[in-house]
Amino acid sequence: MKNIKFLLLGIFFAIVLSKSQAISWFRFYEMFRFQSFHMFGIIGSAIVISAVFMQLFKRGMIKDIHGNLIKPKQKEKGFFRTLVGGTFFGIGWGISGACAGPIFVILGFKFLSALILLISALLGAFIYGLLSKKLPN
Amino acid sequence: MDFIFEPFAWFVGGPLIAISLVLYFYFGKNFGTSTDFETLCTLAGAGKFSDYFKKDWKERDFGLMFAMGLVIGGIIGSHFLIPDQTVALNPKTIQELTDIGFTNVANQYFPDEIFSNEAVFSLKGFLILVVSGLLIGFGTRYAGGCTSGHAITGLSSLQFPSLLAVIGFFIGGIIAAWFIIPTIF
Repeated sequence: MKNIKFLLLGIFFAIVLSKSQAISWFRFYEMFRFQSFHMFGIIGSAIVISAVFMQLFKRGMIKDIHGNLIKPKQKEKGFFRTLVGGTFFGIGWGISGACAGPIFVILGFKFLSALILLISALLGAFIYGLLSKKLPN
Repeated sequence: MDFIFEPFAWFVGGPLIAISLVLYFYFGKNFGTSTDFETLCTLAGAGKFSDYFKKDWKERDFGLMFAMGLVIGGIIGSHFLIPDQTVALNPKTIQELTDIGFTNVANQYFPDEIFSNEAVFSLKGFLILVVSGLLIGFGTRYAGGCTSGHAITGLSSLQFPSLLAVIGFFIGGIIAAWFIIPTIF
């Protein structure tokens, strides 16, 4: 069970998101209406602190559990795909108040609606996979 | 011990999210949740339809464990750690949502208008969930990541594509919150 640590990390991450209200539909609506600092504070501080660690990773001051240098995967380039894909994702996120991770967490809160979201999201990812070679970059 | 039941302030939640990312990388893997959608597709047999999904899901089994942890954590959170789901929303937001017909605004995490069983079993409610789910799944794979992979991992490691993706996330979210939600409700 070498992956048990990821299970525990998932449990921890889900509790953090739930306790910070970062899975609440209302919080995301409020964020996209720019009517509160809460979500910006959460995401912003997560980015700033992660950025500090990224520098430590880069300089090899923190290595992974196997002693290897930690290198975040380079994201695929492509102006159109990232912007348009991002916008599609944003519309789905804005309507349902759920991004990828929280969909799994919301299963524990509102099972039926989250299950429909999850199945549709898998179907969306499947459609992307079918079309991936034909879509513009 | 009451603090366990209080909501986390942003300056507690944000750093704990960063710690989750750091641990994920420390465990030797790249942080990002939406890749697990693809792994689940592969697991469900999508490889029969497209080479895109012909991958060995066992190489990404850690992601599935993480996703399973998210579900378990959600169950623990909803049943034991959040006795009061009231959200201290901006009164202006509450007023706006009430004006367009939402009830019980911010008395719970999720609005009945979208998440209650009654909504799920109505055509409109069902379509809202299905269309948003499709957009989330398609969009995140086309863009190459979601909030965890692009906004947090990508921006903190100063990757330009992630900046574009996050701009896209916000364009989409603004379209949804300013135009689509007020139109469909």
